Amino acid sequence: MENKQSKLSILTKGIIKENPVLVLILGTCPTLATTTSAINGLGMGVSTMVVLICANIMISMLKNIIPDKVRIPCYIVVIATFVTIVQLMLKAMLPELDKALGLYIPLIVVNCIILGRAEMFASKNSIADSALDGIGMGLGFTLALFFMGAARELLGAGTLLGITLTANIIEPMSVLTKAPGGFFVFGVLVAIVNKLTNGKASKNAANGCMKCSCSSVCGHVGGCTPTCEEELLKAIEDAKTADEIRMNEEGGAL
Amino acid sequence: MTEYIIVIMAAVLTNNFVLVQFLGICPFLGVSKKLDSAFGMSCAVVFVMLIATAATWPIQTYILDTRGLGYLQTIVFILVIAALVQLVEIAMKKYMPPLHKSLGVFLPLITTNCAVLGVCVNNITEGYGFLKAMLNSLGAGLGFMLAMVLFAGVRGRIENNDFLPSFKGIPSTLIAASIVALSFMGFGGVIDGIFGM
Repeated sequence: MENKQSKLSILTKGIIKENPVLVLILGTCPTLATTTSAINGLGMGVSTMVVLICANIMISMLKNIIPDKVRIPCYIVVIATFVTIVQLMLKAMLPELDKALGLYIPLIVVNCIILGRAEMFASKNSIADSALDGIGMGLGFTLALFFMGAARELLGAGTLLGITLTANIIEPMSVLTKAPGGFFVFGVLVAIVNKLTNGKASKNAANGCMKCSCSSVCGHVGGCTPTCEEELLKAIEDAKTADEIRMNEEGGAL
Repeated sequence: MTEYIIVIMAAVLTNNFVLVQFLGICPFLGVSKKLDSAFGMSCAVVFVMLIATAATWPIQTYILDTRGLGYLQTIVFILVIAALVQLVEIAMKKYMPPLHKSLGVFLPLITTNCAVLGVCVNNITEGYGFLKAMLNSLGAGLGFMLAMVLFAGVRGRIENNDFLPSFKGIPSTLIAASIVALSFMGFGGVIDGIFGM
Protein backbone atom coordinates (compact mmCIF):
# COMPACT_ATOMS: atom_id res chain seq x y z
CA MET A 1 0.00 0.00 0.00
CA GLU A 2 2.75 2.37 1.00
CA ASN A 3 4.64 1.52 -2.16
CA LYS A 4 1.59 2.25 -4.24
CA GLN A 5 1.13 5.56 -2.50
CA SER A 6 4.64 6.64 -3.35
CA LYS A 7 4.16 5.61 -6.97
CA LEU A 8 1.07 7.80 -7.08
CA SER A 9 2.96 10.71 -5.62
CA ILE A 10 5.76 10.27 -8.17
CA LEU A 11 3.13 10.57 -10.86
CA THR A 12 1.24 13.53 -9.45
CA LYS A 13 4.01 15.70 -8.02
CA GLY A 14 5.02 16.90 -11.45
CA ILE A 15 1.51 18.01 -12.28
CA ILE A 16 0.85 20.43 -9.43
CA LYS A 17 3.30 20.51 -6.55
CA GLU A 18 6.47 20.60 -8.62
CA ASN A 19 5.07 21.79 -11.91
CA PRO A 20 8.21 22.28 -13.98
CA VAL A 21 7.03 25.44 -15.71
CA LEU A 22 4.97 27.39 -13.20
CA VAL A 23 6.62 26.36 -9.93
CA LEU A 24 10.19 25.42 -10.81
CA ILE A 25 10.40 27.96 -13.70
CA LEU A 26 12.26 25.57 -16.00
CA GLY A 27 12.09 25.41 -19.77
CA THR A 28 11.07 29.03 -20.21
CA CYS A 29 12.10 29.30 -23.87
CA PRO A 30 9.62 26.81 -25.36
CA THR A 31 6.98 27.96 -22.87
CA LEU A 32 7.12 31.51 -24.15
CA ALA A 33 7.71 30.76 -27.80
CA THR A 34 5.21 28.03 -28.63
CA THR A 35 2.14 29.11 -26.67
CA THR A 36 0.75 31.46 -29.30
CA SER A 37 -2.29 29.20 -29.49
CA ALA A 38 -3.67 26.34 -27.39
CA ILE A 39 -3.01 23.74 -30.06
CA ASN A 40 0.63 24.78 -30.51
CA GLY A 41 1.18 24.68 -26.77
CA LEU A 42 -0.40 21.24 -26.62
CA GLY A 43 1.71 19.99 -29.54
CA MET A 44 4.93 21.23 -27.96
CA GLY A 45 3.92 19.81 -24.58
CA VAL A 46 3.15 16.36 -25.98
CA SER A 47 6.35 16.27 -28.09
CA THR A 48 8.41 17.17 -25.04
CA MET A 49 6.52 14.63 -22.93
CA VAL A 50 7.28 11.83 -25.40
CA VAL A 51 10.98 12.71 -25.38
CA LEU A 52 10.96 13.02 -21.59
CA ILE A 53 9.35 9.61 -21.01
CA CYS A 54 11.54 7.79 -23.55
CA ALA A 55 14.73 9.47 -22.32
CA ASN A 56 13.84 8.73 -18.69
CA ILE A 57 13.25 5.05 -19.46
CA MET A 58 16.39 4.72 -21.56
CA ILE A 59 18.64 6.51 -19.07
CA SER A 60 17.22 4.48 -16.22
CA MET A 61 18.02 1.31 -18.18
CA LEU A 62 21.55 2.47 -18.89
CA LYS A 63 22.27 3.94 -15.46
CA ASN A 64 24.69 1.15 -14.47
CA ILE A 65 26.51 1.19 -17.80
CA ILE A 66 27.11 4.92 -18.26
CA PRO A 67 30.40 5.96 -16.59
CA ASP A 68 29.89 8.73 -14.09
CA LYS A 69 32.43 11.13 -15.59
CA VAL A 70 30.87 11.31 -19.04
CA ARG A 71 27.25 10.96 -18.00
CA ILE A 72 26.12 14.41 -19.21
CA PRO A 73 27.28 13.90 -22.83
CA CYS A 74 25.71 10.43 -22.74
CA TYR A 75 22.39 11.86 -21.55
CA ILE A 76 22.54 14.50 -24.28
CA VAL A 77 23.08 11.85 -26.96
CA VAL A 78 20.13 9.80 -25.66
CA ILE A 79 17.90 12.88 -25.52
CA ALA A 80 19.00 14.12 -28.97
CA THR A 81 18.22 10.69 -30.44
CA PHE A 82 14.65 10.78 -29.20
CA VAL A 83 14.25 14.39 -30.28
CA THR A 84 15.30 13.39 -33.79
CA ILE A 85 12.75 10.56 -33.78
CA VAL A 86 9.98 12.91 -32.65
CA GLN A 87 11.07 15.50 -35.22
CA LEU A 88 10.89 13.00 -38.09
CA MET A 89 7.54 11.64 -36.92
CA LEU A 90 6.05 15.11 -36.67
CA LYS A 91 7.31 15.95 -40.14
CA ALA A 92 5.67 12.84 -41.54
CA MET A 93 2.38 12.83 -39.64
CA LEU A 94 1.60 16.39 -38.57
CA PRO A 95 3.38 18.64 -41.08
CA GLU A 96 1.29 21.66 -40.07
CA LEU A 97 2.28 21.44 -36.42
CA ASP A 98 5.88 20.84 -37.46
CA LYS A 99 5.80 24.06 -39.45
CA ALA A 100 4.23 26.01 -36.58
CA LEU A 101 6.77 24.80 -34.02
CA GLY A 102 9.68 24.91 -36.48
CA LEU A 103 12.97 25.65 -34.78
CA TYR A 104 11.67 24.75 -31.34
CA ILE A 105 11.44 21.01 -32.06
CA PRO A 106 15.22 20.47 -32.34
CA LEU A 107 15.59 22.80 -29.37
CA ILE A 108 13.83 20.26 -27.14
CA VAL A 109 17.36 18.86 -26.73
CA VAL A 110 18.40 21.83 -24.64
CA ASN A 111 15.19 21.93 -22.61
CA CYS A 112 16.57 21.70 -19.12
CA ILE A 113 13.51 19.88 -17.76
CA ILE A 114 14.59 16.76 -19.62
CA LEU A 115 18.24 16.87 -18.65
CA GLY A 116 17.26 17.82 -15.12
CA ARG A 117 14.97 14.80 -14.74
CA ALA A 118 17.61 12.52 -16.27
CA GLU A 119 20.23 13.71 -13.81
CA MET A 120 17.98 13.98 -10.77
CA PHE A 121 15.59 11.11 -11.12
CA ALA A 122 16.15 8.62 -13.92
CA SER A 123 19.80 8.03 -13.09
CA LYS A 124 18.90 7.01 -9.54
CA ASN A 125 15.55 5.22 -9.78
CA SER A 126 14.01 2.09 -11.29
CA ILE A 127 12.70 1.96 -14.84
CA ALA A 128 9.02 1.96 -13.81
CA ASP A 129 9.48 4.90 -11.45
CA SER A 130 11.38 6.84 -14.08
CA ALA A 131 8.63 6.25 -16.61
CA LEU A 132 6.03 7.46 -14.10
CA ASP A 133 8.13 10.50 -13.30
CA GLY A 134 8.42 11.24 -17.01
CA ILE A 135 4.66 10.96 -17.44
CA GLY A 136 3.96 13.21 -14.43
CA MET A 137 6.49 15.89 -15.32
CA GLY A 138 5.47 15.71 -18.98
CA LEU A 139 1.81 16.13 -18.08
CA GLY A 140 2.63 19.08 -15.85
CA PHE A 141 4.59 20.70 -18.68
CA THR A 142 1.85 19.95 -21.22
CA LEU A 143 -0.92 21.29 -19.00
CA ALA A 144 0.98 24.49 -18.24
CA LEU A 145 1.68 25.06 -21.92
CA PHE A 146 -1.90 24.24 -22.89
CA PHE A 147 -3.40 26.65 -20.36
CA MET A 148 -0.99 29.38 -21.26
CA GLY A 149 -1.67 28.84 -24.95
CA ALA A 150 -5.41 28.83 -24.31
CA ALA A 151 -5.22 32.07 -22.32
CA ARG A 152 -3.17 33.80 -25.01
CA GLU A 153 -5.37 32.50 -27.81
CA LEU A 154 -8.64 33.41 -26.09
CA LEU A 155 -7.55 36.92 -25.12
CA GLY A 156 -5.36 37.60 -28.12
CA ALA A 157 -7.43 36.17 -30.95
CA GLY A 158 -10.81 35.49 -29.38
CA THR A 159 -10.70 31.83 -30.36
CA LEU A 160 -10.04 28.56 -28.57
CA LEU A 161 -8.60 25.57 -30.42
CA GLY A 162 -9.52 27.38 -33.62
CA ILE A 163 -13.18 27.85 -32.70
CA THR A 164 -14.33 31.46 -32.56
CA LEU A 165 -15.63 32.31 -29.10
CA THR A 166 -15.33 35.92 -28.08
CA ALA A 167 -13.81 37.44 -31.22
CA ASN A 168 -17.13 38.95 -32.34
CA ILE A 169 -18.13 40.18 -28.90
CA ILE A 170 -14.93 41.69 -27.51
CA GLU A 171 -12.18 43.16 -29.64
CA PRO A 172 -9.23 40.73 -29.22
CA MET A 173 -5.93 42.11 -27.91
CA SER A 174 -3.73 40.77 -30.64
CA VAL A 175 -0.56 41.85 -28.84
CA LEU A 176 -1.02 38.91 -26.48
CA THR A 177 -0.31 36.42 -29.24
CA LYS A 178 2.89 38.29 -30.08
CA ALA A 179 6.19 38.31 -28.21
CA PRO A 180 5.38 40.84 -25.44
CA GLY A 181 2.17 38.97 -24.61
CA GLY A 182 4.19 35.83 -23.98
CA PHE A 183 6.26 37.47 -21.26
CA PHE A 184 3.20 39.19 -19.83
CA VAL A 185 0.92 36.13 -19.61
CA PHE A 186 3.75 34.02 -18.21
CA GLY A 187 4.48 36.65 -15.57
CA VAL A 188 0.83 36.86 -14.56
CA LEU A 189 0.45 33.05 -14.45
CA VAL A 190 3.53 32.68 -12.22
CA ALA A 191 2.15 35.43 -9.99
CA ILE A 192 -1.20 33.62 -9.74
CA VAL A 193 0.52 30.36 -8.84
CA ASN A 194 2.60 32.32 -6.33
CA LYS A 195 -0.57 33.68 -4.77
CA LEU A 196 -2.29 30.29 -4.66
CA THR A 197 0.71 28.58 -3.10
CA ASN A 198 1.64 31.48 -0.80
CA GLY A 199 4.89 32.29 -2.51
CA LYS A 200 6.02 28.72 -2.85
CA ALA A 201 6.85 29.16 -6.51
CA SER A 202 9.42 31.83 -5.85
CA LYS A 203 10.78 29.86 -2.94
CA ASN A 204 11.11 26.76 -5.05
CA ALA A 205 12.80 28.70 -7.79
CA ALA A 206 15.16 30.13 -5.20
CA ASN A 207 16.03 26.60 -4.15
CA GLY A 208 16.35 25.76 -7.82
CA CYS A 209 19.91 24.59 -7.53
CA MET A 210 19.16 21.78 -5.13
CA LYS A 211 15.98 20.89 -6.92
CA CYS A 212 16.93 20.96 -10.53
CA SER A 213 20.26 19.18 -10.54
CA CYS A 214 21.91 22.33 -11.75
CA SER A 215 24.32 22.30 -8.88
CA SER A 216 26.20 19.52 -10.58
CA VAL A 217 25.12 20.08 -14.17
CA CYS A 218 25.43 23.84 -14.59
CA GLY A 219 29.17 23.86 -15.03
CA HIS A 220 28.88 21.30 -17.81
CA VAL A 221 25.87 22.16 -19.87
CA GLY A 222 24.73 25.65 -19.14
CA GLY A 223 21.72 27.49 -17.94
CA CYS A 224 18.81 25.92 -16.19
CA THR A 225 16.88 28.19 -13.89
CA PRO A 226 17.78 31.84 -13.66
CA THR A 227 18.69 31.39 -10.03
CA CYS A 228 21.32 28.73 -10.45
CA GLU A 229 23.18 30.83 -12.93
CA GLU A 230 22.99 33.68 -10.49
CA GLU A 231 24.48 31.55 -7.74
CA LEU A 232 27.21 30.32 -10.01
CA LEU A 233 28.01 33.86 -11.09
CA LYS A 234 28.09 34.96 -7.49
CA ALA A 235 30.56 32.21 -6.68
CA ILE A 236 32.66 33.36 -9.63
CA GLU A 237 32.52 36.97 -8.43
CA ASP A 238 33.56 35.89 -4.96
CA ALA A 239 36.47 33.98 -6.39
CA LYS A 240 37.47 37.02 -8.43
CA THR A 241 37.33 39.34 -5.44
CA ALA A 242 39.36 36.89 -3.41
CA ASP A 243 41.85 36.83 -6.25
CA GLU A 244 42.06 40.59 -6.35
CA ILE A 245 42.49 40.88 -2.60
CA ARG A 246 45.30 38.36 -2.72
CA MET A 247 46.92 40.20 -5.60
CA ASN A 248 46.68 43.50 -3.75
CA GLU A 249 48.22 41.94 -0.70
CA GLU A 250 51.04 40.54 -2.74
CA GLY A 251 51.53 43.93 -4.36
CA GLY A 252 51.65 45.54 -0.93
CA ALA A 253 54.23 43.06 0.24
CA LEU A 254 56.37 43.79 -2.74
CA MET B 1 26.01 44.57 -50.14
CA THR B 2 22.49 45.61 -49.19
CA GLU B 3 21.41 42.04 -48.57
CA TYR B 4 24.25 41.49 -46.10
CA ILE B 5 23.24 44.60 -44.19
CA ILE B 6 19.65 43.37 -44.18
CA VAL B 7 20.71 40.02 -42.71
CA ILE B 8 22.51 41.73 -39.82
CA MET B 9 19.80 44.34 -39.22
CA ALA B 10 17.08 41.71 -39.26
CA ALA B 11 18.94 39.55 -36.77
CA VAL B 12 19.65 42.46 -34.41
CA LEU B 13 16.35 44.32 -34.51
CA THR B 14 13.34 42.75 -36.22
CA ASN B 15 14.10 39.12 -35.37
CA ASN B 16 15.88 39.81 -32.10
CA PHE B 17 16.73 36.40 -30.71
CA VAL B 18 15.72 37.11 -27.14
CA LEU B 19 12.79 39.50 -27.37
CA VAL B 20 11.12 38.31 -30.57
CA GLN B 21 12.13 34.67 -30.95
CA PHE B 22 12.42 33.75 -27.25
CA LEU B 23 15.79 32.06 -27.48
CA GLY B 24 18.23 32.31 -24.60
CA ILE B 25 15.65 33.40 -22.04
CA CYS B 26 17.46 31.72 -19.14
CA PRO B 27 20.60 33.87 -19.26
CA PHE B 28 18.43 36.85 -20.21
CA LEU B 29 16.50 36.56 -16.95
CA GLY B 30 19.34 35.19 -14.84
CA VAL B 31 22.43 37.22 -15.66
CA SER B 32 20.84 40.58 -16.41
CA LYS B 33 20.97 41.88 -12.85
CA LYS B 34 24.30 43.65 -13.24
CA LEU B 35 25.45 45.54 -16.29
CA ASP B 36 29.00 44.21 -16.33
CA SER B 37 28.05 40.55 -16.03
CA ALA B 38 25.33 41.07 -18.65
CA PHE B 39 27.94 42.54 -20.99
CA GLY B 40 30.47 39.79 -20.32
CA MET B 41 27.85 37.13 -20.89
CA SER B 42 26.80 38.74 -24.19
CA CYS B 43 30.40 38.94 -25.42
CA ALA B 44 30.77 35.24 -24.71
CA VAL B 45 27.53 34.53 -26.56
CA VAL B 46 28.68 36.49 -29.64
CA PHE B 47 31.97 34.60 -29.57
CA VAL B 48 30.42 31.14 -29.13
CA MET B 49 27.78 31.79 -31.79
CA LEU B 50 30.48 32.72 -34.30
CA ILE B 51 32.72 29.71 -33.65
CA ALA B 52 29.71 27.38 -33.47
CA THR B 53 28.48 28.58 -36.86
CA ALA B 54 31.98 28.37 -38.32
CA ALA B 55 32.07 24.73 -37.24
CA THR B 56 28.52 23.53 -37.83
CA TRP B 57 27.83 25.14 -41.22
CA PRO B 58 30.67 23.30 -43.04
CA ILE B 59 29.80 20.07 -41.21
CA GLN B 60 26.19 20.27 -42.36
CA THR B 61 27.02 21.34 -45.91
CA TYR B 62 30.03 19.20 -46.71
CA ILE B 63 29.60 16.13 -44.53
CA LEU B 64 25.97 15.57 -43.55
CA ASP B 65 24.23 16.78 -46.70
CA THR B 66 26.59 15.15 -49.18
CA ARG B 67 26.14 11.79 -47.47
CA GLY B 68 22.38 12.06 -46.96
CA LEU B 69 22.75 12.24 -43.18
CA GLY B 70 20.79 15.46 -42.72
CA TYR B 71 18.59 13.85 -40.08
CA LEU B 72 21.59 13.60 -37.73
CA GLN B 73 21.71 17.40 -37.55
CA THR B 74 20.43 17.77 -33.98
CA ILE B 75 22.74 15.16 -32.44
CA VAL B 76 25.82 16.24 -34.36
CA PHE B 77 25.32 19.96 -33.73
CA ILE B 78 24.85 19.68 -30.00
CA LEU B 79 27.89 17.43 -29.59
CA VAL B 80 30.07 19.56 -31.85
CA ILE B 81 29.11 22.75 -30.02
CA ALA B 82 29.66 21.22 -26.59
CA ALA B 83 33.03 19.76 -27.51
CA LEU B 84 34.16 22.88 -29.33
CA VAL B 85 33.35 25.21 -26.46
CA GLN B 86 35.22 23.00 -24.02
CA LEU B 87 38.23 22.93 -26.33
CA VAL B 88 38.20 26.68 -26.85
CA GLU B 89 37.97 27.23 -23.13
CA ILE B 90 40.97 25.00 -22.47
CA ALA B 91 42.98 26.65 -25.25
CA MET B 92 42.03 30.11 -24.01
CA LYS B 93 43.06 29.29 -20.47
CA LYS B 94 46.48 28.18 -21.68
CA TYR B 95 47.30 30.76 -24.33
CA MET B 96 45.16 33.83 -23.62
CA PRO B 97 44.73 34.16 -19.86
CA PRO B 98 43.45 37.78 -19.92
CA LEU B 99 40.70 36.89 -22.38
CA HIS B 100 39.91 33.79 -20.37
CA LYS B 101 39.54 35.90 -17.28
CA SER B 102 36.91 38.12 -18.85
CA LEU B 103 35.05 35.60 -21.04
CA GLY B 104 36.03 32.19 -19.70
CA VAL B 105 33.69 32.11 -16.75
CA PHE B 106 30.69 32.47 -19.04
CA LEU B 107 31.71 29.87 -21.60
CA PRO B 108 30.59 26.69 -19.83
CA LEU B 109 27.29 28.40 -19.00
CA ILE B 110 26.31 28.82 -22.61
CA THR B 111 27.60 25.62 -24.15
CA THR B 112 24.12 24.36 -24.77
CA ASN B 113 22.27 27.63 -24.50
CA CYS B 114 19.29 27.34 -26.80
CA ALA B 115 20.22 30.55 -28.61
CA VAL B 116 23.50 29.02 -29.77
CA LEU B 117 21.96 25.80 -31.07
CA GLY B 118 19.07 27.87 -32.40
CA VAL B 119 21.25 30.11 -34.54
CA CYS B 120 23.12 27.11 -36.00
CA VAL B 121 19.89 25.35 -36.96
CA ASN B 122 18.39 28.62 -38.18
CA ASN B 123 21.32 29.21 -40.56
CA ILE B 124 20.70 25.84 -42.18
CA THR B 125 16.91 26.12 -42.44
CA GLU B 126 17.18 29.62 -43.92
CA GLY B 127 19.56 28.24 -46.56
CA TYR B 128 22.23 30.89 -45.97
CA GLY B 129 25.68 30.65 -47.60
CA PHE B 130 28.71 30.67 -45.33
CA LEU B 131 29.21 34.43 -45.25
CA LYS B 132 25.54 35.13 -44.65
CA ALA B 133 25.44 32.45 -41.96
CA MET B 134 28.35 34.10 -40.15
CA LEU B 135 26.72 37.53 -40.46
CA ASN B 136 23.44 36.15 -39.18
CA SER B 137 25.24 34.69 -36.16
CA LEU B 138 27.01 37.98 -35.56
CA GLY B 139 23.70 39.81 -35.77
CA ALA B 140 22.00 37.34 -33.46
CA GLY B 141 24.81 37.75 -30.94
CA LEU B 142 24.70 41.53 -31.14
CA GLY B 143 20.93 41.42 -30.77
CA PHE B 144 21.36 39.30 -27.67
CA MET B 145 23.85 41.83 -26.34
CA LEU B 146 21.51 44.73 -27.06
CA ALA B 147 18.62 43.04 -25.27
CA MET B 148 20.78 42.04 -22.30
CA VAL B 149 22.32 45.48 -21.82
CA LEU B 150 18.98 47.27 -22.21
CA PHE B 151 17.28 44.90 -19.83
CA ALA B 152 20.07 45.18 -17.26
CA GLY B 153 19.32 48.91 -17.20
CA VAL B 154 15.59 48.32 -16.81
CA ARG B 155 16.14 45.83 -14.01
CA GLY B 156 18.35 48.23 -12.14
CA ARG B 157 15.38 50.57 -12.00
CA ILE B 158 12.69 48.08 -10.93
CA GLU B 159 14.84 46.24 -8.41
CA ASN B 160 13.72 48.03 -5.26
CA ASN B 161 10.20 48.93 -6.27
CA ASP B 162 7.27 47.98 -4.10
CA PHE B 163 5.39 45.16 -5.81
CA LEU B 164 2.52 43.01 -4.60
CA PRO B 165 4.08 40.10 -2.73
CA SER B 166 2.98 37.57 -5.34
CA PHE B 167 4.54 39.65 -8.12
CA LYS B 168 7.94 39.88 -6.42
CA GLY B 169 10.88 38.30 -8.18
CA ILE B 170 10.26 36.39 -11.38
CA PRO B 171 6.76 37.70 -12.29
CA SER B 172 7.80 41.35 -12.10
CA THR B 173 10.92 40.60 -14.15
CA LEU B 174 8.82 38.88 -16.80
CA ILE B 175 6.40 41.79 -17.02
CA ALA B 176 9.30 44.24 -17.36
CA ALA B 177 10.64 42.02 -20.14
CA SER B 178 7.22 42.20 -21.78
CA ILE B 179 7.43 45.99 -21.89
CA VAL B 180 10.95 45.88 -23.36
CA ALA B 181 9.71 43.38 -25.97
CA LEU B 182 6.86 45.75 -26.78
CA SER B 183 9.39 48.41 -27.73
CA PHE B 184 11.15 45.95 -30.04
CA MET B 185 7.87 45.36 -31.88
CA GLY B 186 8.28 48.90 -33.11
CA PHE B 187 11.19 47.74 -35.29
CA GLY B 188 8.77 45.57 -37.27
CA GLY B 189 8.71 47.66 -40.43
CA VAL B 190 12.13 49.31 -40.13
CA ILE B 191 13.88 47.22 -42.78
CA ASP B 192 11.08 47.54 -45.31
CA GLY B 193 11.07 51.26 -44.67
CA ILE B 194 14.82 51.79 -45.11
CA PHE B 195 15.47 49.49 -48.03
CA GLY B 196 12.06 49.83 -49.66
CA MET B 197 11.44 46.12 -49.99
